[in-house]
Amino acid sequence: MSDDVIRITGAQKAFGAVRALNGVDLAIPTHECLGLIGHNGAGKSTLMHVLAGTLTPDQAGIEVGGETVPRYGVDVAHRLGVRCVFQELSLCPNLTVAENARILHPALRGFGWRRRAAALIIGKLDEIFPGHGIAPEAVVGDLPIGTRQMIEIARAFTTTTEPVRLVILDEPTSSLDGHTASQLFAFLRRSVADGISAILISHMLGEIISTSDRVVVMRDGQIVTSGPTAQFDRDKLVAAMGGAEGHAAPGAVQAKPASTAPVKVRLSPKGQTDGRELIARAGEIIGLAGLAGHGQTDLLLAVFDAAGRRSRKASVDGAVALVAGDRQTDGVFPLWSIAQNIGVRSFGAFRRGPFLSLAAETALAVQWKERIKIRTADLDNPILSLSGGNQQKALFARALGSDATIVLMDDPMRGVDIGTKLDVYDLVRDEAAAGRTFLWYTTEMDELSHCDRVYVFRNGVIVADLGRSEVSEEAVIGASFAEVA
Amino acid sequence: MQQVVAIAARRPGGAAPGLRRGLRAALPALSLLLILAGIWVLNPRAISYFGLTLMLNLAVPVALATVGQMFAMAGNELDLSIGTFVGFAGCVTATLLHDNPAAGAAVLAGCILVYALLGALIHLRQLPSIVVTLGMSFVWQGLSILLLPKPGGHAPDWLKSLMGLKVPYVPFPVLAALAIGIVAYFGLMRTSYGAVLRGVGGNAVAVQRAGWSILKAKMILFGLTGVCGVLAGMALIGLTTSGDANLGNGYTLLSIAGTILGGGEFIGGRVSPLGAVIGALTLTLAGSLLNFMHISPDWQVAAQGGILIVVLAARVLINRTGRPA
Repeated sequence: MSDDVIRITGAQKAFGAVRALNGVDLAIPTHECLGLIGHNGAGKSTLMHVLAGTLTPDQAGIEVGGETVPRYGVDVAHRLGVRCVFQELSLCPNLTVAENARILHPALRGFGWRRRAAALIIGKLDEIFPGHGIAPEAVVGDLPIGTRQMIEIARAFTTTTEPVRLVILDEPTSSLDGHTASQLFAFLRRSVADGISAILISHMLGEIISTSDRVVVMRDGQIVTSGPTAQFDRDKLVAAMGGAEGHAAPGAVQAKPASTAPVKVRLSPKGQTDGRELIARAGEIIGLAGLAGHGQTDLLLAVFDAAGRRSRKASVDGAVALVAGDRQTDGVFPLWSIAQNIGVRSFGAFRRGPFLSLAAETALAVQWKERIKIRTADLDNPILSLSGGNQQKALFARALGSDATIVLMDDPMRGVDIGTKLDVYDLVRDEAAAGRTFLWYTTEMDELSHCDRVYVFRNGVIVADLGRSEVSEEAVIGASFAEVA
Repeated sequence: MQQVVAIAARRPGGAAPGLRRGLRAALPALSLLLILAGIWVLNPRAISYFGLTLMLNLAVPVALATVGQMFAMAGNELDLSIGTFVGFAGCVTATLLHDNPAAGAAVLAGCILVYALLGALIHLRQLPSIVVTLGMSFVWQGLSILLLPKPGGHAPDWLKSLMGLKVPYVPFPVLAALAIGIVAYFGLMRTSYGAVLRGVGGNAVAVQRAGWSILKAKMILFGLTGVCGVLAGMALIGLTTSGDANLGNGYTLLSIAGTILGGGEFIGGRVSPLGAVIGALTLTLAGSLLNFMHISPDWQVAAQGGILIVVLAARVLINRTGRPA
């Protein structure tokens, strides 16, 4: 087994209640390009950060070249020649192309380092992307995102003192056009033939099938399938990501006849060219699905911005409230009490002349504490005294207690316990039955079964529009992953 | 993507990125030339060896403080205590350094160490540098008053003669400012570790992922701010020959304005050492220009603020051209 570049066994990593990695064993031999795929929350990115040394696993054995490395971290990974092209770009925008190369290489120092750094990065760019036209003294922040991605990729392959042995590419083509992407894959095949190894993460199944030697499919923090790429085709991969046993929808919800209720939201994502649009009627729960970060939140924000205004492109009929998914950044006011956090969306209703009625605020909070079962002794306690799930309930109470007829939910169940989820699901259904419209972006497949209609997003646009009877894990994953590279 | 680029290229009046950067880089020098031209029109005799030496009398300490501020801003931080720190360093110079050079030098070195430790505190505790340095500004002010309750003290003789140096043809302050700018430029912009220091301001996570210590970088950047602050305080005392606890108070805003005027940005680690020095000279000369225009000193601070706003507005305009709508 000593011809493995790196070998990781029993990797475990939990973020709070979420088990991102649940016992992963993975060995990467030399001369191999490994394709790694999985749906949202499968644990791909966590695994990559562990291999790159930027995340310390709760438990794992890491062997490099047959020897156990006890204190694996960024330094060790660098010394061993493990490089990573992260999905969120990791260049310094205020530095030049050559200076960014220098950041990765401690050896680029002393007299003439600028010249050597420039030669190093431009040489590699020439090798991977012939005809790139990038100047080494260009400031990275001035360059378009596709060019920045090319620089980031080329930088990962540059060598000074230690040879590169493993390159991890996390969605490397997300900002590349077809031509540069094919240049990259051709280079990747050449490098693998020359003896380095690579891990390729992509939502473009065509790229995985055409480039990798072996495919590993992750799901719920575990590796569920792996094998030579030749044994897989697109349908098999999609089925593996979804899980063979299939997930029955919790709670049979009877199919409703096509709604004729008035249209509350009609909107097309920016960049949608085929004329598809999202339509939500009164009393409907509309699901937004697809891989995380493919335009679902942008659409919710577009609806929020368009509220009350009517234009040719978008119509949103009614008041809007948003339930944030990232509680700490977008949701709670950490220094305020629970009651204040619930009431902040309803100041209009509390107004008595120039003042706010504290009695009205308290009344609203008490009412919703009962309805949504917020577990607290006193609503005047600070919001941070609540558990994460109960904080999220307060955010739901803020939206549902307001006058909004359209409620936008931005993956609000992230890291929330199951009891809270069940309470909220019931409430959402009741409120929809009472005529409210919900737009629900979720990364959890099970939640889509509550929706009357599901729109699947990819690269910022709607790629599938599924009626209630058509929603299945396989259909959603199939649409989330593009056919061709 | 390609489509967007194509549209941007076709947009009439859209400057190419290279030209835009060139214009941006030239803006500080242009504003300095404009001020000089204004002075020349109002009083041609002022643009002479003696005139410039007089007008730029305080340019050296201002340039040093500005470069110090620039080091903090290169790491995406801000130092609101540089003014009172310059004052404190000045008080130490006028008292301890004059009476007991060894003790004075030790105190000034200790000040630099304190600055480096502030950088460590800001990084380790994830505190906003604005808050920490705002607090420190009162500490330095208090220490100055303890040391020098009323104006007094004496500048060391060597310092007086250094700051009063006369060189042929070029006024000394111009030479000194140029030297400061060039040293800072080579240190921060041309050395290989300077690139890492600036990278911390641009994308600290990326620098950390590449295996560098952010703690060390922040300590070095703040330490350099401290070095510049000490030098500014010493230079100031060399010029005024005696100390005053409130001597440096105006330098905080002056140093921030000079850095920004010189092409720096509040966030993102974009700084320019030569620009910062030019910015400091511009602000120093702006006072003289306003004098020649017979604008009363009461209005001068507001007028300097006006100059800053005009230059920044011009920069925004330059940035806006060429950006796809």
